Amino acid sequence: MLYPDTVEAEILVHKPWFVATMFGVVLLLFMAFNMSGTSFAELMRPVIGEPSVSGLYGRFAIAFAIAVIFTLNVVLIGFAPIKFQIGIVWLELLLLFIAFFETFHLSLPFIREKLPFLISQGVVTTLYVSAISIVIASVIAVAGAVAKLSSNGFAYAIASFYTSFFRGLPLLMQVYLIYLGLPQLGFVINAVPAGILALSLCYGAYMTEIFRSGIQSIDRGQWEASRSMGFGFALTMRRIILPQALPVIIPPTGNQFISMLKDSSLVSVIGVWELMFLARTLGQKTFQHMEMLISAAMIYWMLSICLELIQARIERRYRRSKVR
Amino acid sequence: MNAHVIIEARNVSKWYGAFHVLKDINLTVHKGERIVICGPSGSGKSTLIRCFNRLEAHQEGDITVNGVALHGKMGNVADVRSNVGMVFQHFNLFPHMTVLMNCMAGPMWVKGVPEKEARKTALKFLERVRIPEQANKFPVQLSGGQQQRVAIARSLCMQPAVMLFDEPTSALDPEMVSEVLDTMTELARDGMTMVCVTHEMGFARAVADRVIFMDAGQIVEAGTPDEFFGQPRHDRTRLFLSQILKH
Ligand SMILES: Nc1ncnc2c1ncn2[C@@H]1O[C@H](COP(=O)(O)OP(=O)(O)OP(=O)(O)O)[C@@H](O)[C@H]1O
Ligand SMILES: [Mg+2]
Repeated sequence: MLYPDTVEAEILVHKPWFVATMFGVVLLLFMAFNMSGTSFAELMRPVIGEPSVSGLYGRFAIAFAIAVIFTLNVVLIGFAPIKFQIGIVWLELLLLFIAFFETFHLSLPFIREKLPFLISQGVVTTLYVSAISIVIASVIAVAGAVAKLSSNGFAYAIASFYTSFFRGLPLLMQVYLIYLGLPQLGFVINAVPAGILALSLCYGAYMTEIFRSGIQSIDRGQWEASRSMGFGFALTMRRIILPQALPVIIPPTGNQFISMLKDSSLVSVIGVWELMFLARTLGQKTFQHMEMLISAAMIYWMLSICLELIQARIERRYRRSKVR
Repeated sequence: MNAHVIIEARNVSKWYGAFHVLKDINLTVHKGERIVICGPSGSGKSTLIRCFNRLEAHQEGDITVNGVALHGKMGNVADVRSNVGMVFQHFNLFPHMTVLMNCMAGPMWVKGVPEKEARKTALKFLERVRIPEQANKFPVQLSGGQQQRVAIARSLCMQPAVMLFDEPTSALDPEMVSEVLDTMTELARDGMTMVCVTHEMGFARAVADRVIFMDAGQIVEAGTPDEFFGQPRHDRTRLFLSQILKH
């Protein structure tokens, strides 16, 4: 928490020097581009005449108009309460983003036609591969963290070798190693289980380190109090240490979950029909690559947002005992 | 062995690496006895009482608690510990549980007491340390003195045969010291066997059956409060007392 001071500072975006600087910077920035071919220049036609021949005056007028709109926008948002500020800024950034996609002239009917399959096959596969991997990785992480903290030489050696190895190799290579390497040893393994195995092992290694540092962050006094009441190791871990380590563990683990969701796209290289695989292949026949890639991008983003929201909820829940 | 002996330490020695922390300690605590241990910082007081529930390991000599010998290979250390309450300088309450849950956890999870009964016991002891109204708060919402009283209640809920206190008041603001000492005094009146490391000499004088003075890992002097404060036999004791009573 960046605890704010109780003394109210003047709002930054209303300070004259800030407004002036912002205006100047935006003006100069857009002066540097030739905007005469854009639809914004078309809107300015009444002022500057034919955009392509308006020359320096046209450039200046366009940049000036943009700077005025931008500055006014920021200053006005500055008056709003914080919830609205956040909402409006999100909305505006999103609109800019959509405007960017507009420039690709995507074929909406094509997207509409393929989207159901992209979701029913791709999203579903991505989700269940990630979900299973996350569960396995979490189990590995608890065991790995305990092993790494234990005074047992074997346990420590195995756990540290494991984390070192799986954090040390590119995930893509692990996917290949497991899918192509295990059959060499006589274990024929399907693409989906191979993908899940690779993701679990790799993320288990990262999460082992997260769990270890979370467990270590708990004061020794908690162990002693717990032991002094007769709690054994498992009980102490499960009821005393891990619940307190969760606030430390959850934010980086949420990161890992989001990252895993996207890294599950790597299993597309061994032919698992998940979101990324379909995004690449569905558009190939008709050369409509962008349509599928952007649709998949949006879907990944929305899934990540869901995870972010879940993480925020969990964080709020486990913060409860800390409030005064 | 005498049935009324709760803790017996015989020729106990302990080292931290090459550092000899406890040197040939002999101490017997009988049922119902109140013992105060004092001594300069670093003399090994905490280490000694932490050996009594085997939070620390001793290397030589024997410690028996309730007739069970403590050693590195014992299988029933949890049984011993659930019979020995311990109150720490920094309270060490479980911050993620309510006060009530702090008190119910031990009986429920270690002794398998049903929840309803554990709640009743917990409320009884919270009443006894005079904070039943705080039962549903979290430890951070309490003052230091209240937290320490919860810690005492939490230990009492296990119905221990002996309570160990390691400087329970030295992390508290002065105005909260007395509320904790009052609780401990009442506990003593009710006949609880207690071993207290403390520098509260008023408490020692009023409550202790025996005061033990430690220095450099040894028990230098032991006696009733009258003997100990009236005619200390050793120079080191006199020096310590003059320093501590000066303030
Ligand atoms: N884990 C440890 N490793 C090495 N030395 C230790 C360890 N714990 C304690 N000591 C040393 O053992 C000695 C006794 O420590 P102990 O905590 O028992 O003292 P104390 O009498 O309780 O002092 P205080 O009044 O400051 O609490 C001290 O000199 C301390 O530095
Ligand atoms: Mg101490």
